[in-house]
Amino acid sequence: MEKVLIAFLIGGLICLFGQLLMDLTPVSISPAHILVGFVTGGSILSALGIYGPLVEVAGAGATVPLSGFGHALAQGSIAAVEKQGLLGAFAGGLEATAVGIAAAVIFGYTMAVIFDPKG
Amino acid sequence: MPYKFEELSAQDYDQKVQKIKPRPRVIKNAIWAFVVGGLFSALGQIIFFGYVGLGLTERDAVAATAATLIFLGALLTGLGLYDKIGKHAGAGSIIPITGFANAIVAPAMEYKREGYIFGVGAKMFSIAGPVLAYGITVSVLIGLVYYLFL
Amino acid sequence: MKKEDKPPLSSGGTYKKRGKQTLSFTTTPYIASSYTVVGSKENEGPLQGSFHHVLQDNIWGESSWEKTEAKMMAFAVEEAIKLASWSQVEVDFFLAGDLLNQNITADYTARKVGIPFFGLFGACSTMAEGLILASILIDGAFAHRVVAAASSHHETAERQFRFPTELGVQRPMSAQWTVTGAGAVALASPEGICNQETHSDSSRQVRITHATIGKVIDLGVRDAADMGSAMAPAVTHTILRHLQDLNRRAEDYDLIVSGDLGLVGHKMSQQLLREEGVDLGPKYSDCGIMIFDPKKQDTHAGGSGCGCSATVVLGPLLKMMKEGLYDRILFVGSGALFSPTSFQQGESIPGIGHAVVLEA
Repeated sequence: MEKVLIAFLIGGLICLFGQLLMDLTPVSISPAHILVGFVTGGSILSALGIYGPLVEVAGAGATVPLSGFGHALAQGSIAAVEKQGLLGAFAGGLEATAVGIAAAVIFGYTMAVIFDPKG
Repeated sequence: MPYKFEELSAQDYDQKVQKIKPRPRVIKNAIWAFVVGGLFSALGQIIFFGYVGLGLTERDAVAATAATLIFLGALLTGLGLYDKIGKHAGAGSIIPITGFANAIVAPAMEYKREGYIFGVGAKMFSIAGPVLAYGITVSVLIGLVYYLFL
Repeated sequence: MKKEDKPPLSSGGTYKKRGKQTLSFTTTPYIASSYTVVGSKENEGPLQGSFHHVLQDNIWGESSWEKTEAKMMAFAVEEAIKLASWSQVEVDFFLAGDLLNQNITADYTARKVGIPFFGLFGACSTMAEGLILASILIDGAFAHRVVAAASSHHETAERQFRFPTELGVQRPMSAQWTVTGAGAVALASPEGICNQETHSDSSRQVRITHATIGKVIDLGVRDAADMGSAMAPAVTHTILRHLQDLNRRAEDYDLIVSGDLGLVGHKMSQQLLREEGVDLGPKYSDCGIMIFDPKKQDTHAGGSGCGCSATVVLGPLLKMMKEGLYDRILFVGSGALFSPTSFQQGESIPGIGHAVVLEA
């Protein structure tokens, strides 16, 4: 239960940071900018060894936000380099996130076919 | 003779505009983003415990949780509910992985009438595409740096 | 010969231009009829009950939003012609425009009604542009009967200009809500109005007496979520020009109404007018502000789109004129002349305002 509460707090804070980024900067930031920013930001923080400890503490609070997707990409890449060398840099990121990406494509496609926009 | 405002520079006019333009409701938006983002994360944690309870390894449970949340985000979008959450929650519903699913389903559904190749197939990546492009690029770069220097 | 030495072009006799940008019609065209179609949300605002037809839902039995919009415009046009007691073959010209790429809504409507057609693009100022050009055709004795129309649809516009409707995004407070609505007006020369017996009810006839053609002004606004600020200078310019060209003052009008400046753009326009020493006071309103209740309807800065001014002017305002509430209205249609491409490439938004004088 404590873990759930921590996930709530950290996940909430990460989203809060994104919201303030959108509201307090003068340039208009679209959802696409936010998503791209959080994935790349998460990857870099992960490579620098900062995001890993956060995941240890916050669990889903750090993996559910899209920065966690970036973290998975980075860690996958690093782990695969250790195992396979150079080829791993190309394979690792996608291998580690394959489930998520395939799920997004298949569920996304299915829902789009089943439902119509409500407007 | 031109009127005074016709000769305003873009900067000067922008200053006037900024004075009039309503501010975003920062506090309200922040609270919504925090609560909704937190709830999605907490839900993720509960689903994660569920999968671990079913005997999945931690690594697999993380992936399964992501897939489940993606399904949920896609379903809520299909039902026409996600945009209603997003209207209030802003980043709180964009940043969780459910928001990634929303970004795929919303354009795919909207452009279904343009066909299944150029409509659904192409448009589902109009927002998710850049995310994958930059995410994969950065991950490969990180791998390369790691390979070369560490 | 130096530039200043050129003899002035003739301005007397039958010449109908006044001042720099204003036209004064001699054979003032009559509004024989008008018809407005709006979505359900538009009829839930302060103007509830004053439109001709309200849709139950925004798709109206069609398979795409675009088809719905074309159906709305065609319906408005056909009903306006019926109300004028004309048949479609008796109409000389059809002038129409909308917001979709290549004016496709108007094109499909023209295909359906089969009247000689000019497609117009004035962004959200299209209704004003149509009224002016129709009046010129009639006053120039090229036509007895002209129908002008304009439309917009919330869902077609959102997907073309902004985001898919189901995407969970927050709209900025300065953003406006594209009106789902179509308006059509049947204009006639005194001869063309003919079916007097159908107009023998007590309501008054409304005529178009003057028009001021706006020029494009762009003060560098790039934010597509703040079109009001982009259009305010052009609208303000047209109002000032109009008053100057005809040597009129605000007191000469019962109402001055802009198209879709919204709360932000309207406030800006008032400020720019004051800086030029003109205070229009509460007489100056905006169709985009009138159509929605921002608190209850979550429309932020107000309504926008071709359908906004088309339905507000041709529905409620015309009705009030006929009932004697207003004798003379200055309607300034406002347009933000941008495209999805220009916006994505970070270009600024040129604005325009066309003014029409309606007199009962």
